[in-house]
Amino acid sequence: MEFAELIKTPRVDGVVLHRPFLPTVEGTLCLTGHHLILSSRQDNTEELWLLHANIDAIEKRFIGSLGTIIVKCKDLRIIQLDIPGMEECLNIANSIEALSTLDSVSLMYPFFYRPMFEVIEDGWNLFLPEEAFKELESMTDEWRLSEVNKDFSICPSYPALVTVPKDIDDDSLCKAATFRHGGRFPVLSYYHKKNGMVIMRASQPLTGTSGRRCKEDEKLINATLRAGKRGYIIDTRTIAVAQQAKARGGGFEQEANYPQWRRIHKAIERTNILQESLIKIVEACNDHSNSMDRWLSKLEASNWQSQVKEILTTACLAAQCIDREGASVLVHGTEGTDSTLQVTSLAQIILEPACRTVRGFQALVEREWLQAGHPFQQRCAQSAYSNEKLRSEAPVFLLFLDCVWQILRQFPCSFQFNEHFLVMLFEHTYASQFGTFLGTTAAERVKLKLSQKTVSLWSWVNRPQELERFLNPLYEPNSLVIWPSVAPQSLLLWEGVFLRWNRSTKCLDEAYEEMVHIIEYNKELQLKVWVRSSAAGQRRFMGPCISHMHILSL
Amino acid sequence: MDHIRTPKVENVRWLDRLTPRRIAVGTLYLSSTHTIFVENSDARKETWVLHSLVGSVERLAGTPAGCPLLVRCKNFQVFQLLLPQERDCADVYASLAHLSRPERYGDLYCFSFQPNLDKEERERAWNFLDLLADFSRMGIPSNLWHATPANHEYRVCDTYPSELFVPKSASPAVIVGSAKFRSRGRFPVLSYYHRDTSAAVCRSSQPLSGFSARSLEDEQMLQAIMKSNPASEYVYVVDTRPKLNAMANRAAGKGYESEDHYSNIRLHFVAIDNIHVMRSSQQKLADVGDLRSPSMGDFLWGLENSGWLKHIKAVLDAGVFIAKAVAEEGVSVLVHCSDGWDRTAQACSVASVLLDPYYRTLKGFMVLMEKDWVSFGHKFSHRYAHLDGDPREVSPVLDQFLECVWQLMEQFPCAFEFNERFLLQLHTHVHSCQYGNFIGNSQKERKELRIRERTHSVWHHLWENRVEFINPLYRVDHNQTQGVLRPVTTPYCFKFWKNMYSPVERGVAMRLSDCLNAVREESQQLEEELDAHQEVPRETDAEQGIHTPTKHACLETTLALYPHATVPSHTHKLGQPSNICPPFLKNPRVLKLVTPP
Repeated sequence: MEFAELIKTPRVDGVVLHRPFLPTVEGTLCLTGHHLILSSRQDNTEELWLLHANIDAIEKRFIGSLGTIIVKCKDLRIIQLDIPGMEECLNIANSIEALSTLDSVSLMYPFFYRPMFEVIEDGWNLFLPEEAFKELESMTDEWRLSEVNKDFSICPSYPALVTVPKDIDDDSLCKAATFRHGGRFPVLSYYHKKNGMVIMRASQPLTGTSGRRCKEDEKLINATLRAGKRGYIIDTRTIAVAQQAKARGGGFEQEANYPQWRRIHKAIERTNILQESLIKIVEACNDHSNSMDRWLSKLEASNWQSQVKEILTTACLAAQCIDREGASVLVHGTEGTDSTLQVTSLAQIILEPACRTVRGFQALVEREWLQAGHPFQQRCAQSAYSNEKLRSEAPVFLLFLDCVWQILRQFPCSFQFNEHFLVMLFEHTYASQFGTFLGTTAAERVKLKLSQKTVSLWSWVNRPQELERFLNPLYEPNSLVIWPSVAPQSLLLWEGVFLRWNRSTKCLDEAYEEMVHIIEYNKELQLKVWVRSSAAGQRRFMGPCISHMHILSL
Repeated sequence: MDHIRTPKVENVRWLDRLTPRRIAVGTLYLSSTHTIFVENSDARKETWVLHSLVGSVERLAGTPAGCPLLVRCKNFQVFQLLLPQERDCADVYASLAHLSRPERYGDLYCFSFQPNLDKEERERAWNFLDLLADFSRMGIPSNLWHATPANHEYRVCDTYPSELFVPKSASPAVIVGSAKFRSRGRFPVLSYYHRDTSAAVCRSSQPLSGFSARSLEDEQMLQAIMKSNPASEYVYVVDTRPKLNAMANRAAGKGYESEDHYSNIRLHFVAIDNIHVMRSSQQKLADVGDLRSPSMGDFLWGLENSGWLKHIKAVLDAGVFIAKAVAEEGVSVLVHCSDGWDRTAQACSVASVLLDPYYRTLKGFMVLMEKDWVSFGHKFSHRYAHLDGDPREVSPVLDQFLECVWQLMEQFPCAFEFNERFLLQLHTHVHSCQYGNFIGNSQKERKELRIRERTHSVWHHLWENRVEFINPLYRVDHNQTQGVLRPVTTPYCFKFWKNMYSPVERGVAMRLSDCLNAVREESQQLEEELDAHQEVPRETDAEQGIHTPTKHACLETTLALYPHATVPSHTHKLGQPSNICPPFLKNPRVLKLVTPP
């Protein structure tokens, strides 16, 4: 298919663009296969360069022959284009609609994007399971890397390499896989160095109404327990939902068959409900005519903050089991690709200081989301404005980022990255020039040859000139477990995402700059004093100051 | 000490209701001014609670573990005591119930509080703020505004200060006539003068207009105000009450200015509710902050149901309207409500904070409090229940002003020289009766009580401890520091004031502010060290200045060590110990109230 077929009018002059917080511009609108571009004719600079993939919905209006297209983006921004000429306007609108809803992955922009920068460190090779396993091996010999899924036949949504208990052979894994939804047998998610406890994750067991059991599955998860120890199974669904799942062949672990495990049910919502929650909160934030009562009531009705609280609470529970109770944990919901990953990844942020660094967080996203088979492409196909029928869209990853932001806000010095980093990840999951979030599973990503045909987001982010924007000036490595408060009073609306286009952040940005200035100035002085004293032949202990400098010059 | 039957109880358990997992065991002491709890732990941590800060004491049903007492403080701290003996519990309850509700001014803590200041220092502390200097800073007196002796000896209005500024063109007859036509004689006077536009913010009480009454002098007074701003052709009269309430007042012979009788006025209602609505709203809000592990739905519903943020928005909107009239339209404003000492004080002071960067500095804010609230007769002792009295007089009027400032600080993080802790500290001092500034209901009453001779001033004390209250992001030359603030008042901009209503642990903002202050302090040391090097390049002091461990890392460590149930010790300090230690306390360590450890 040629993009040209979809572009009836590639260029219109005299288009006026209205955007939040920026002056109105008049210019020429151009449509390309992947972008909507508006350049003001004065100095030929582009004022707008918008990926079609970022467009969630459009609305057309006409007053006489002046057409207006309201473009609603997946990053929640809303822009307006005034286009002279009814025919032009209709053509543009139709083209945008067609180009922004292309279904074929191979037509997506990442396959066409050529980086303007030199890839120094290829993000595709940064976080290989083999490397992660090497690190694990240095701490314990109780685990092995299994190739049982090397052709993705045992579990299509798992990566080729998974970490499993050493004593469990591949045959047992195959059998356990038949007992778990989508073949997602229990695998290692996190190893807590401090006490050797682990987080495992899986999907629901297929007990059905008949109470089926699977010896291999039982053996597999029992193999993760130390002698005489008990573990916890955290089922992210309520007991009622888990019961209902039996009728469809699913279910949960029966106490009788798993005597060494205590099951705890939580209430993390599933896909459609989460998407509705997103739609409602965005609607509430965009309605400026709200009275205070109406705003608070809409905020409550959206349930978004409740989702954040429930997810964080569950993650804290998992972390508590590990760090406080000294017990291993198995987490699952239904498919094990959504709420399960929210819980396992947040628990790691709470427990593991390395996950709070830029690299560590990238590794976490790779390991716990991409490799673990979160279907990004399906979940992020539509955002809050789309009028299309919902398929399996859900802001699962956005909720995860929101939770991370809540922790970051409560521990402003413990993260190497800042809020911009999280917002950037949100944007790239919905529309990107990079291939990182394309596809739904590791298998599909291999098939699409993403690592050969597209550029990794990490290749770009980790360039020093980009990274600088995403670093937290207050960062001081904190080797402790950090326990966020999950009281509703402590959880705030993530303004950086939901009010981003509604209120100017000028004053807050200035405050941030001021903070950076205070820290930078201090470092500068530290360095001067150090240089001077070195010159005077006095080597002095610089401690954290030096490590600070390193991070900033990454 | 008549009311203290049991001055010491051992093996008492202390629970913070918000952190139920942490229970301390120790000894409880009752002094004439404080409840003191000393933990049995090695640290012998002490918690001092001023009796005047205690809002209510409640006996809960006894349990096998002991007899519980629930104490709620006026600054929203809540704690529970578990006493082993029923009799001790009854005694402590009776003592606290009595001591927390003094009947005479003379019983208030400020009259016995003796910090280490001699007479001269005390006097100097009282002269720390100079309201006349603030008016002269604004350019008053000028050729259009002057001081009037009308209220010397409080002859015209006993709730106004004796020094007042009025338009030069208003004759004594006009002033007296106008005062007769206003509730409690509170005639229109100058509150703030905006040099840039020559527009003024004036304040008064409601006119006694009823349905048809008028006063020529009062009309002339408003004319005089208008003429004192030569560039404008009208004045705004901002009635801060809901229009319905204002109309209802007409039946009682009060009401608002008729546009038919007063030429060139524009009447504007801003609908701030009365003190009774506010009292019950705050009660509901405090209940929300008090909820034990609420769901998000409970919390948001409670927040909405309290109506509190709606009221905060109304107060802020009133200030925004006035500031806009003065700064953008250059039109003078007369602000009033019913008596002109509650909503009027709120609206005028919010407007002043928005209009004038000086009031956003530490000292300027003190001046503003002293001017718009203390001197103009905000009824502190009634509103904050300093004495046992009519509960219908109690209302969180100042709380709302402080919260408006906090909401502004959230929007303009670089605009204020002081930080959140300063507001919280001020709130505590308004209730604590430790200093004399907020005692009584008017300047006249404070004179009669000889407050300046018998008590100490809080302003100087706060100023001496200012390092605690400095916002590290404030810079005199920052653009947010300059000019008029224009806040957004869309509902989503308003937040629940967690550190006020749900004080579990020192808030993130305060930790961040402390951390940045620590970094700034370190930088200053480094600068000094570098300067020293420049002077004597070879001589270096190897261990000084440089190796202060970076302070902010420690802050988070504290929090991480105490998950969920963190109570850094200072939150326990609900009142300040006097420097005279109760004789029964062996080896007491002097604690500083305003300085967290």
